[in-house]
Amino acid sequence: MTLDAFLGHFNYWVFAILLMIGFYAVIAKGNLIKKLVGLSIFQSAVFLMYISMSKVEGGTAPILQAGAVDPIYSNPLPQVLILTAIVVGVATLSLGLAIVVRINERYGSIEERELLDAD
Amino acid sequence: MDIESHLPILQVIIPLLFSPLVVLLQPRGLAWVATTAVCILSFAIAINMAILVLGGQTLEYELGGWQPPFGIALRIDAISSLLLLIVTGAATAAVLGCRESLNQQIESHRQPLFFAAWLLLLAGLVGMVVTADAFNIFVFMEISSLAGYILIAGGPDRRALLAVFKYLIMGTIGATFYLIGVGLVYMMTGTLNLDDMARLLPGVADQTTIPFAAAFITVGLALKAAMFPLHVWLPNAYTHAPHAVTVFMAACGTKVAVYVLLRFDFVVFQSADLYHGLQFSLFLMPFALLGIVVASAVAMFEGQIKRMLAFSSVAQVGYILLGASLLTQDGLTASFAHMFNHALAKSTLFLSIACLGMRFMDLRIDQLSGAAKSMPFTAAAFLIGGLSLIGVPGTAGFISKWLLIEALMEQGEQGLLMVGIVLLSSLMAVVYIWRTVEVLYFRTPVQQDTTQQGSEVVLSEAPALMVGVTLLMAALNIVFGVMPDVPLSLAEAAAEILSGARQ
Repeated sequence: MTLDAFLGHFNYWVFAILLMIGFYAVIAKGNLIKKLVGLSIFQSAVFLMYISMSKVEGGTAPILQAGAVDPIYSNPLPQVLILTAIVVGVATLSLGLAIVVRINERYGSIEERELLDAD
Repeated sequence: MDIESHLPILQVIIPLLFSPLVVLLQPRGLAWVATTAVCILSFAIAINMAILVLGGQTLEYELGGWQPPFGIALRIDAISSLLLLIVTGAATAAVLGCRESLNQQIESHRQPLFFAAWLLLLAGLVGMVVTADAFNIFVFMEISSLAGYILIAGGPDRRALLAVFKYLIMGTIGATFYLIGVGLVYMMTGTLNLDDMARLLPGVADQTTIPFAAAFITVGLALKAAMFPLHVWLPNAYTHAPHAVTVFMAACGTKVAVYVLLRFDFVVFQSADLYHGLQFSLFLMPFALLGIVVASAVAMFEGQIKRMLAFSSVAQVGYILLGASLLTQDGLTASFAHMFNHALAKSTLFLSIACLGMRFMDLRIDQLSGAAKSMPFTAAAFLIGGLSLIGVPGTAGFISKWLLIEALMEQGEQGLLMVGIVLLSSLMAVVYIWRTVEVLYFRTPVQQDTTQQGSEVVLSEAPALMVGVTLLMAALNIVFGVMPDVPLSLAEAAAEILSGARQ
């Protein structure tokens, strides 16, 4: 692979790497909070993918301006979609943290190994 | 405008709107009444639309008057109609049949919030089914999942919390995989409307992005559907959830994910994805078969009755996927018929477990000795549901197993092997159902301490409403086993739509 091909897809490489970092944290970490952090990175990586594909070089916001003739603008739809996905991500994260708080109340620990031993 | 043309949106809007309202209702007893009313109303809407769909119509609805593919479209065809009947029917049966069970398991001051989550789960599942927009499916999937996590975490045991945490992690990964897949398809086609995707994808079919998108979507939804190796979240979640939630989710939760999986893989990708056939024959079919055998085998040795039936659910998802992975119309018909019939059988079984749960704190099978003496109706319902799950002639379960075996027979030698596996798994079902029935009917009751106070009470039948609904569901297993016309004609029409998308 040439350097150009790598740099040309720079955002997508970052997307893939972030995705794997998040995924690794979810699987490998024993602390429930760390798992949720990993999950959050995992979701955020996808946001980056959506935003990258809508970006047009030199593009502006898709707003009609007086005097501007055929302005180049970025595709607003993926950005709107990701706004929704961010809300979903926040809701998931807060619910996950709430459950961790409850687990800590009932078990007195948030380490996966200790929790599995407790029952 | 007449109300009929607005039915598709009302199906989603009514539970969604009432969800915050039930929290505000005073006195709190009204929350159950309002939830039940909304569930029944949703069920009535689903029946109404099923009648229209059976009459040959496809209901289309443009949200806000924006024409697809620019706006979000809702569409009710035979597939969605069948799923809507399952989802709303299960919600109604569960909320009606588990009233006392809910009072027992959920503290009264938390009940309004519980019912709000219940209606959100209903709205989410129904939304996934009615919409024809890929991103809308994701949003509704997350609504239903988040509501589902809350409901399961309401379970009385602290292990419910661990189960729900695992479910939350795996469910979110599944949904995110789906989101990646949809993003890749959007990248190639610039549209989110499912029909528009199917129209535009053949033009870019040579791009490697397409099979990757299909892979992400398939794996993500297989996770949500608890397909065999991805099922590990399901047994604990079903076991530790409140009984009412288990009834609701076991009847329809995984099936909606299977529905989205089939709709994507057949309608959207079939014409464009060169690997469509391989994806089913090399990926879904082997795992479906493995799931059928392994999950049934685990169920045979499982000591807790809810866990046993949860593993049986994993095996049933295997049957549904096996039928679809034959890629024939008969196979798909069997798949859809099995969705309906399994929902009937499982909701009957879990309803009777909710009844048993009213009198037995400990639901390990060997603790239930002789329950049939004190709870004859509950035990009878369990027996009928169990027979339907096994697929005994005269029950609903027989119809779909027969269709599945017929579809497998068409496949020649390979098919015979699969018939063998299905029969083997049915025998295992006989073993695990019979094990329970034997304990319920033929063991002498063990005196056990069933109350929290420590004083002994005489075991008696569960409250009348619960037993009534449970028996009604059991009766429906027999009714649809003798007269399977309505679900079958919907299943056949659904299979036609999916296999018709191939041309």
